[in-house]
Amino acid sequence: MEPGFYFLTRLLISTLAVMVSAVRVYQNPAAGFWKSRQQQLAPWLFLAPGLLFFALYVIVPVFRSIWISFYDWDGLSTPTWIGLSNYRELASDDAFYTSLKNNILWLVLYLLAVPAGLCVALFLNQTVTGIRLYKSLFFFPFVISQVVVGLIFTWFYAPNFGLFSKLVEQLTGERVAILADERFVTFGIIAAGLWPQIAYCMILYLTGLNNINPEQVEAARMDGAKGWSMLWNIVIPQLRPATFIAVVVTVIGALRSFDLVSIMTDGGPYGSSRVLSFYMYEEALSEYGYRMGYGAAIAVVLFAIMMLFITFFIVRMLRQEGSA
Amino acid sequence: MFPTPVQKAQPWVRAGYQAGLPLALTIWLLPLIGVAVTSVRPAGDLAAGNYFGVPSGFAGVENYTAVFRDSPIGWYILNSFKVTIPTVIGAVALSCLTGFALAVYKFRANLLIFFLFVAGNFIPFQILMVPVRDMTLKIGLYDTTLGLVLFHVAFQTGFCTLFMRNFIKALPFALIESARVEGVSEWKIFRYIVLPLTRPAIAALAVLIFTFVWNDYFWATVLVQGQNAMPVTAGLYSLNGQWVAAWHLVSAGSIVAALPPVTMFFLMQRHFIAGLTLGATKG
Repeated sequence: MEPGFYFLTRLLISTLAVMVSAVRVYQNPAAGFWKSRQQQLAPWLFLAPGLLFFALYVIVPVFRSIWISFYDWDGLSTPTWIGLSNYRELASDDAFYTSLKNNILWLVLYLLAVPAGLCVALFLNQTVTGIRLYKSLFFFPFVISQVVVGLIFTWFYAPNFGLFSKLVEQLTGERVAILADERFVTFGIIAAGLWPQIAYCMILYLTGLNNINPEQVEAARMDGAKGWSMLWNIVIPQLRPATFIAVVVTVIGALRSFDLVSIMTDGGPYGSSRVLSFYMYEEALSEYGYRMGYGAAIAVVLFAIMMLFITFFIVRMLRQEGSA
Repeated sequence: MFPTPVQKAQPWVRAGYQAGLPLALTIWLLPLIGVAVTSVRPAGDLAAGNYFGVPSGFAGVENYTAVFRDSPIGWYILNSFKVTIPTVIGAVALSCLTGFALAVYKFRANLLIFFLFVAGNFIPFQILMVPVRDMTLKIGLYDTTLGLVLFHVAFQTGFCTLFMRNFIKALPFALIESARVEGVSEWKIFRYIVLPLTRPAIAALAVLIFTFVWNDYFWATVLVQGQNAMPVTAGLYSLNGQWVAAWHLVSAGSIVAALPPVTMFFLMQRHFIAGLTLGATKG
């Protein structure tokens, strides 16, 4: 189980050894070693503490999780190697498919935050008195914790007295308990998640709008472009960096959704609002038992999905680095 | 400027815009306003079914006193500070070093390490959960604030490194070159030339990390079990279970839990937004 640990300890010790010897050489004026090697050694000395920490808590655990996913393990006793059994079980697990389906729903609907954020940003991109305060207040939902957002929306949706339920009752004459109804529950949670996410996209677009080239806009205006055609042909192309970041953070946010599901429904009713991140937690660490191996397998699937997006993002950044 | 400034539009458009702003804001923040009003509502209102009407009186003092007196929320908040402040210091300190290394030196593994930090930033927490929890248990830091701090420092170092490296890279390199020609050591270049210039980046990172870590809920439930080390996010959730239907207390508790990051945001707004929108203008 512990190849990662072993490797890291070795790495830690050898890095420390290098640092100690470097310092010793440095203190000895007779040795020209440090002077001549300073340029090569310095980056590694600067990197060592941060990189070690990051490796220990982020990089190695990724590989250990993959490794654990081949075991049957309750977190305490000796793990038993079971090969691909966890994955085989996943393939016929209805709860897994429900979570996967909900994750896709999250991903698609969460992306609405991008155009919605653009709309709010366009609405607020004016220079009237007090606009700064308005912008900050619109941004507010992003600053508060998702736990608080979840509680606020639970109360907003509460049957009998929640403002939202009252509204629906007024409009349709029907009483709905959003968070207790399998048909609506995931949509209800996603709507709560959209609230802070729209605020985030809005702030990205406000910064983007602030930096678009005014001459181009004026020139296009001279040529008679306005409204939609101006937005579509002149403004949106210039907002591409903002759009890119908005899409990235929204996709990551959608796949990471855990807090709201846990706070608002705890996966219910009957597990219908689970997402992969929540289902993984439930399997690995809850009253239903400590199935670390199975949980790790779910995490690996989520990680694989996320990797698709991360790779895409990195490739684009890499291309930028190349051109810079 | 796009859209066309309202100052250039018809007077009725301008008037409409001025009136529309507060209206839109009210609708946007309606859930929050509801919570704020409920937090000062007398308990009797809720029993009488007056959830959204005008409160029958102001019970803010009673409700907030009750929250602090009858629940350990004060303790939870203290825990949150004990997690958040050391994390901010640790992550910013480490990333000043890593950011400097990746921005200033040309060596073969440079880009590889940089993208390792960037990628690590986006991975789902769940892939780290089992090993990190296991490791924290083994080193005896499970259910302590230090256990949370160590993880958060390591994880946030990814984002902070990305930020710092890009910031330092944008500084004039000639400063470093000329210092080298003068024979200034690499450490002194970092300490006396580059570090003072990174002050805006440090400020931006500090507010962002403060907010991220304060609002963390997942790790607070994974690495902490009892009240002893529980931060306010997880604490609020467990209180919510105890205060069934006592919405005035839940609301007051939520407001209290949200206050520190909100204050931070308003005090350091410019830095916060500069940090968050990094990269939204170029590239």
